[in-house]
Amino acid sequence: MSAISLAIPGGIGAVLAGLMFALLKGDRRSAVDTIVHLCLAAVAALFIGFLAARAIDNPGGFTEILVGGLLSGVLYSLVALGFVLIFKASGVFNYAQGAMVLVAGLALVRSLDFLLAKGVATVAAIPLAILFAGAVMALCAFVIEKWVLRPLLNQDGLTLFMATIGATFALEGAAQMVFGSDVYPLSLFPTDPMILLESLFPGGILINKLDVWGAVIAGVLVVTLALFFQYTKTGRALRAVADDHAAAQSVGIPISWIWFIVWLVAGLVALVAATVWGTKLGVQFSITFLALKALPVLIIGGFTSVPGAIVGGLIVGAGEKLAELYLGELIGGGIEYWFAYVLALAVLLVRPQGLFGEKIIERI
Amino acid sequence: MLYRETGQFKTTYASDMAIFPLRQDRNALLVLLAFAFVGVPLLAHLHIWPFGSEYLLRAILLPFLILALAAIGVNILIGYCGQISLGSGAFMAIGAYMAYKFANGIPEIGLPALPVLASILLGGLCSALFGILFGIPSLRIKGLYLAVATLAAQFFFDWVFLRVGWFTNYIPSGSVSAPELNFLGWVVDDPVERYLLCLIFVSVFALIAKNLVRGNIGRQWMAIRDMDIAAELMGIRPFFAKLSAFAVSSFIVGVAGALWAFVYLGAWEPLAFDINRSLQLLFMVIIGGLGSILGSFLGAGFILILPILLNQLLPVLMAPLVSLGSSSGAHWLTEFAHHMSSTETVSHLEFIIFGSLICLLLIKEPHGFARLISLAKEKLRLWPFPY
Repeated sequence: MSAISLAIPGGIGAVLAGLMFALLKGDRRSAVDTIVHLCLAAVAALFIGFLAARAIDNPGGFTEILVGGLLSGVLYSLVALGFVLIFKASGVFNYAQGAMVLVAGLALVRSLDFLLAKGVATVAAIPLAILFAGAVMALCAFVIEKWVLRPLLNQDGLTLFMATIGATFALEGAAQMVFGSDVYPLSLFPTDPMILLESLFPGGILINKLDVWGAVIAGVLVVTLALFFQYTKTGRALRAVADDHAAAQSVGIPISWIWFIVWLVAGLVALVAATVWGTKLGVQFSITFLALKALPVLIIGGFTSVPGAIVGGLIVGAGEKLAELYLGELIGGGIEYWFAYVLALAVLLVRPQGLFGEKIIERI
Repeated sequence: MLYRETGQFKTTYASDMAIFPLRQDRNALLVLLAFAFVGVPLLAHLHIWPFGSEYLLRAILLPFLILALAAIGVNILIGYCGQISLGSGAFMAIGAYMAYKFANGIPEIGLPALPVLASILLGGLCSALFGILFGIPSLRIKGLYLAVATLAAQFFFDWVFLRVGWFTNYIPSGSVSAPELNFLGWVVDDPVERYLLCLIFVSVFALIAKNLVRGNIGRQWMAIRDMDIAAELMGIRPFFAKLSAFAVSSFIVGVAGALWAFVYLGAWEPLAFDINRSLQLLFMVIIGGLGSILGSFLGAGFILILPILLNQLLPVLMAPLVSLGSSSGAHWLTEFAHHMSSTETVSHLEFIIFGSLICLLLIKEPHGFARLISLAKEKLRLWPFPY
């Protein structure tokens, strides 16, 4: 490392620390807060400085990891989106989102295999299988809304959260009993690697086509959701319910129907996530643990913000890949396992509602 | 008719503030304790069903007691202080691994191998320290955000105990085993002794916990739980109240973790304390009843025994189906019966029933078994003339 590769990141780090400190001025309440913020700013500055030093040493490799991390982060966002939709509309912290991805994936891959085995052409089989999986998700939404959520109306968040864990067990068991519990390969998207920006870096940067597809799909999904929320009657009703249940009900919005729609939309988001993740890992039980990967994404972005889920995913994806490679050699591998959570904890200490969440206002 | 307070006059402050003001409650508890301390070992010694079987002691009573202890710890944090934690498994792990380190001595700081009892308590103390550390965010973060934040502790410590060789004394397999359980000269070995040991721990900690939550500090916790801003305005220090709840809770959970590792498992890996353990403890506390020591026991019993029961019952229930399938001529029925009775399907069915029962319980009684018990007591006081 040359002197310049130390001085530049050091400068960037110092500026960043100052910036963070200045930005957070209005948010501090006590001396403890100030100290915590200062420490966090220092750690963040150190980490970014450290990364900057590595980036200057080997720009090609750094960009490759950064882009790869960002793209895999988008895939986390796909799962996190479902959480956000449900939390916004019904205040339920839905642990079952990962199980819903599993259900959707299993329904899709098994029906697709079945149709292909019957001799249906691939072009016809894929839409049919997607339709079938969508119908299964609608059934899930109906069952959960009718038998889990509606009886638990007006219970506190913790009880609802536990109920969704119960629903997770039931969904996992049912999906595996009906559709089988092996690893089923799914290949809707190309998974071969490709090389980009060869002119800029020696050797170019290597990324997986699937990740690019994932990013494109996530983009389309977010735009679709935004249009749906903004311009349709149901979408407006959804936003009204998210804003205030009681007020929405009093102007005549049928709340249980809206909740069904929300769970259905979350189920369809899970289906989209399942197509990408199923292609990446194969449809298998461990897909349910995606829920645990998506939680820090939510925390960072804020429970109530759709753009937050995307930005959170990007931060988590890039952060954990970079940390795994550059910090991993210092303190041992497998950092990916917890890095996102510690990052989320740090973000929460500064902004308790996440980066894009609505400001939490408390009254007595 | 049997459960009346008539004629039981409280003539001293002590009797007014008793844990069990009713004589019937006291007697019931005494009988229960006598049965647990004397009856069960005696029956086990005489090989009287069902206590004669080692299975009951080793696979049901032992984990029940230890998990009930852990559930008491979790209940202090979640039920009494209102701070939702999903990191209980990590604190159990800290208790277990630090107790292991203390029991084997830490040469780096010149500490010789300590007696088992001291190691277990010191393990709990270490857990309390980290509990305070990971409790600091609770001063700013509330509710479900805090729940996810505590997951950071869970994942971080899972990784630490898996990757950092120091905690496992650099054993290549990563699986460490408990030292000889010598408690002040009493060598705990057979299942009855293990059971008695855990029973002593649970009784002592349940008593301590019950008295803590009845006292000044417990009232502070409850004030924070009910509304922390109002509590702060009344002069309760959130800093002290929240962190003390984290400390006490993690201490008890840590001791339970050390017992789980030393007495129940014997040899263990970090996997024994993963996120599923945390969720299991959370279930116990919620199903049992938030803010109730009795509820911790009931919840622990239910969550522990339900899967065992399903595991034993389902194959029996499936048996007629199998014989029906093989006797009938229909091909699809045979196929179906074969599919339904496979171990895989039974385990999936277990999942479904367990999950659905949890949902059902939450819907029918969101306040847990403890509420059911207190309702039953209310009814019993008026029985048989409820007017």
